[in-house]
Amino acid sequence: MAVTRTETLPIRTGDDVVRVRQRVRALAVEIGLGLVDQTKIVTAASELARNTLDYGGGGDVMAEIVQAGARLGLRLTFDDQGPGIADIEQAMTDHYTSGGGLGLGLGGAKRLSNEFHIASMPGKGTRVTIARWK
Amino acid sequence: MHGAELLRKVVVDDAGGIRDAWLAILAAGMTAHGGRAREGELRTQAGIVVSQLGEGLAAGDLDADGSGFAPLRETLADISRSRALQGFTPTDTANFVFSLKEPVFEALGRACGSGSPDLATGVVSAGKLLDRLALHTMETFLASREEVIGRQGQEIAELSTPVVRLWDGILALPLIGTLDSARTGVVMETLLQAIVDEEAEIAIIDITGVPTVDTLVAQHLLKTVAAARLMGADCIVSGIRPQIAQTMVHLGVELNVVSKATLADAFAVALRRTGRKVVRQQAPTEERR
Repeated sequence: MAVTRTETLPIRTGDDVVRVRQRVRALAVEIGLGLVDQTKIVTAASELARNTLDYGGGGDVMAEIVQAGARLGLRLTFDDQGPGIADIEQAMTDHYTSGGGLGLGLGGAKRLSNEFHIASMPGKGTRVTIARWK
Repeated sequence: MHGAELLRKVVVDDAGGIRDAWLAILAAGMTAHGGRAREGELRTQAGIVVSQLGEGLAAGDLDADGSGFAPLRETLADISRSRALQGFTPTDTANFVFSLKEPVFEALGRACGSGSPDLATGVVSAGKLLDRLALHTMETFLASREEVIGRQGQEIAELSTPVVRLWDGILALPLIGTLDSARTGVVMETLLQAIVDEEAEIAIIDITGVPTVDTLVAQHLLKTVAAARLMGADCIVSGIRPQIAQTMVHLGVELNVVSKATLADAFAVALRRTGRKVVRQQAPTEERR
């Protein structure tokens, strides 16, 4: 699997979440994702970017266009140095929230992506990686 | 000789020379930047700035924030404000004042002769004064830009939350753009107030113009619907496009409200619920076309 392009965007304010959505949509269009897949990855990115901001205290997202054989994909890695998640299984459970949200963001992002990986260390931060393939 | 005094003498005595040299520099910069400012306008502005600089110095003060320089600050503020509105770059605007340094330094050189200790004093004083004036110009420039941005933000907030009365007791709220928290508050307030004002039974919330519906947007929608319900109005959500519907299913969001694909469908439901229906008065015929 080859990474053909990488860019990093900051997530520090609510406006950055909007910017991440717009950029992810542009990249999804660029690799030729269909309208439904575009909407899925943009929505997943929106959830994860807001988690990074609200629960991780801000961070960055790295967007990569990846290629495996003839298939193109979009991979997003959300990184924060926040408090981390002690119980990932619980956090992934639908309708569980430690804030005031619906508790569907993480599980939803997983269901909206082809690949989903989460790693977190309490006190160190959280990294979530998702990918959507054409 | 005292710095301010020397500077005043040079600026007043050599006003014409300074202005012409300055104009030459400005004109050269202007062609490089596509000639945004008209030459006549520039000539007037340069003349006023140089003469007001002399008047300010005549007060015997080198403090750019002092009362002696008030008219000059006002002039520079006007110039930078109009430049901000005309879309000049910050560099162009700052250079307007910075480029005055060279002619002033040259005039000081001519008056003192090179190597004179007065020259160094004069250059330092002139540098300090012009730097401060340039900063002042930039501050006004940025403030004007921010004013423009702020006004646009307000306009967008107002534009995007109109509540439309479709029929007696039926309201529509077409949402457009990003539903961030600040604007959602405005949306909710406008809708609830309109429900009271119009004695509405049904409110249609149309999300055709919302590009991304994630859990936060869904939560805002649900809260708005719940609040409307408490006030005795039922909500219908319309404008759910196929890709949004699929995404919401994957997210696991359930909107416990009646929802329709288009505003027209939602309006039909609303009419039916309020005991009305739309009928064709006459079959379409060839003559009517």
